[in-house]
Amino acid sequence: MDIYQPVNIKKKRRISESLIRVLITAAAMVSILTTLGLVYELGKESILFFSTPGVTLREFFFTTTWQPSIGQFGILPLVLSTLITSFFAMLVAIPLGLGAAIYLSEYATSRSRGIIKPILEILAGIPTVVYGYFALTFMTPLLRLIFGESNVQIYNMLSAGLVMGIMILPLVSSMSEDALHAVPGSLRDAAYGLGATRFETTTQVVFPAALSGIISSIILAISRAVGETMIVAIAAGSGPKFTFNPMAAAETMTGYIARISGGDLGYDTPDYNSIFAIGLLLFFITLIFNLISRNLSRKYREVYE
Amino acid sequence: MRSNFATQPFTFGKLHPSRKRLDGLSRFFFNSSNIIAIAALAILLLTIINQAFTMVGTIDMVDRTTLIDSPINSLSKTELISLLEQNLTANRLKTLDRDTPLVERNQAQLTLLVESEVFKTSIVASFNLLDALLHYKSLETQIITSYPQARISMRSWIDWAFITNAMSKKPEEAGVRTAMLGSAFIILIAILFAFPLGVSTAIYLEEYEYKTSRLARIIQLNIDNLAGVPSILYGVLGLAIFVRALGPLTSGNLFGSEAANGRTVISAGLTMALLILPILITNSQEAIRAVPNSLRLASYGIGATQWQTIWHHVLPSALPSILTGAILAISRGLGETAPLIIVGAATYITKNPTGLFSNFTALPIQIYNWTTRPQAEFRNAAAAAILILLILLLSLNAAAILWRNHLHKNR
Repeated sequence: MDIYQPVNIKKKRRISESLIRVLITAAAMVSILTTLGLVYELGKESILFFSTPGVTLREFFFTTTWQPSIGQFGILPLVLSTLITSFFAMLVAIPLGLGAAIYLSEYATSRSRGIIKPILEILAGIPTVVYGYFALTFMTPLLRLIFGESNVQIYNMLSAGLVMGIMILPLVSSMSEDALHAVPGSLRDAAYGLGATRFETTTQVVFPAALSGIISSIILAISRAVGETMIVAIAAGSGPKFTFNPMAAAETMTGYIARISGGDLGYDTPDYNSIFAIGLLLFFITLIFNLISRNLSRKYREVYE
Repeated sequence: MRSNFATQPFTFGKLHPSRKRLDGLSRFFFNSSNIIAIAALAILLLTIINQAFTMVGTIDMVDRTTLIDSPINSLSKTELISLLEQNLTANRLKTLDRDTPLVERNQAQLTLLVESEVFKTSIVASFNLLDALLHYKSLETQIITSYPQARISMRSWIDWAFITNAMSKKPEEAGVRTAMLGSAFIILIAILFAFPLGVSTAIYLEEYEYKTSRLARIIQLNIDNLAGVPSILYGVLGLAIFVRALGPLTSGNLFGSEAANGRTVISAGLTMALLILPILITNSQEAIRAVPNSLRLASYGIGATQWQTIWHHVLPSALPSILTGAILAISRGLGETAPLIIVGAATYITKNPTGLFSNFTALPIQIYNWTTRPQAEFRNAAAAAILILLILLLSLNAAAILWRNHLHKNR
């Protein structure tokens, strides 16, 4: 008798199932809360900073002295040295990173790839404080040997920038290699079919085809250089200074934040609020770079997949 | 004109020499950037090793032959302790006992203590490994001419006493015990918070709302952006929220702890949790995405609910890759310095962290602090600490990579 009874496969309501779903959704919201918290705290303290008597947006962005203790709040010296260190970092990271990526993607045998890639990964895994130590104990003495001790200060932006370039190199190479790798083999075959050499194929066919991905990696690298802290905190010197001379000491935005908050910092002082204003600027700069990079890399994925 | 070109016989010529040469050169040219990168890594490691092992000349203020007959290394623990008890003032002994009782110290620590407190040994000259290897003889005579009674030896800055000692004002007695424990506490708290959150978020994005809802897309975009936020800003966030806004909680004052402010291990751990969260989420997402869909369909086919499918089939299958990702996140967190500085790591800590509300220091903080000190000997200590950190990170990463390869083979 029982066998003729229809099986009830109607959806059963399960409370535990919905409960788990709610919990999981709540966990997923934590990352949103992190961003909101970051923007809220940076914004709130920045507003406090700009409402301090004597601080104006105009002064903040267009004057060249940063001395909060005597009421001078021009962020340009910090921005300038950030630009200089990032410039030298990219001077190292772009050519070397692209060269490594092109070799690994177009020239290397699987054997040499198997050796080189792990080494680049080790380079990427070294903590930035170690790079800072390296800049101070190796790069700076080397620069002083080459350019003369009178020309190169013990703490200088050049040394920090060059070492930062080495740190960023694996990022550029691995992302660019992915972009080169995504170029379909048919394009290469077509170029070889026309009689092009490997060099011609690489530079005139594969490289242009992967260009948006490569630019995306470079932009992400710039964002990383701007936000890098420990190398500049150790090797670039402390004390904001408006100078275009890369062999002089000058503090970057991140270096300033690290130094000021290293001591016992009183809440609601101009010093305390200023790190949030600088942090907000830093946040927007890196956010814009990251978004551009993300959009560019999506573009090349859409073309070839 | 066109037909004229077509009727011309076409011959496969040899590659023009200049094109061939360029092609050959290009391989060398592109590979040179790899060579530079590898050279940079080699020089970096050599610089650190060069500083971590030095040739030193030391002088005893108290002639050690009047106190002991045999070399200090052959003395037993009890002999070392009695030596200390005979020669130090009662006050000094009391201070030492308050830090760590003498009997609880190990051989290496006691030897160091005897040298510095009883013999009052001090380093008068120090040369890096490379100099020592190349010019040992001339450096030896140089030290002897300046300090006739100096004892010359090779010193490894990384030794058992270095690992077990706390921070000290004297570089030769400084150690990394408190820093390593601090790092361990921070990363433990971070992973305890971030791991469940990260895996849950990945489940949400990959299983429940796979690219369907607007909210899921916003969360995905947000995670990608968080991964690119400079680590120092996480420190600023931690300072504002955990240290300041949640100060009564993170200082433990609500629970009867007497920490002065929220600059505690728990604040640092939570900050670190937020920092490694995007990495954990992305890795877990990839792991879950790699689980074949047939597994899910089979599970639904026999009437399992969505959560039963996730819990009994998807997660067990993805777990090894998720754990590999977690190891990588841990090694990233261990090397982070900037956020800890902002959250308020102390640099001079001689006591082990005892709980969530202790003040803290961490290995990278110690390296930063020693690097920026003026005394050259602290650079040697920093190099030794870097070696410990790098060995730790490399073995973590190697373990993760080997495990990953092992999994791929078994698939």
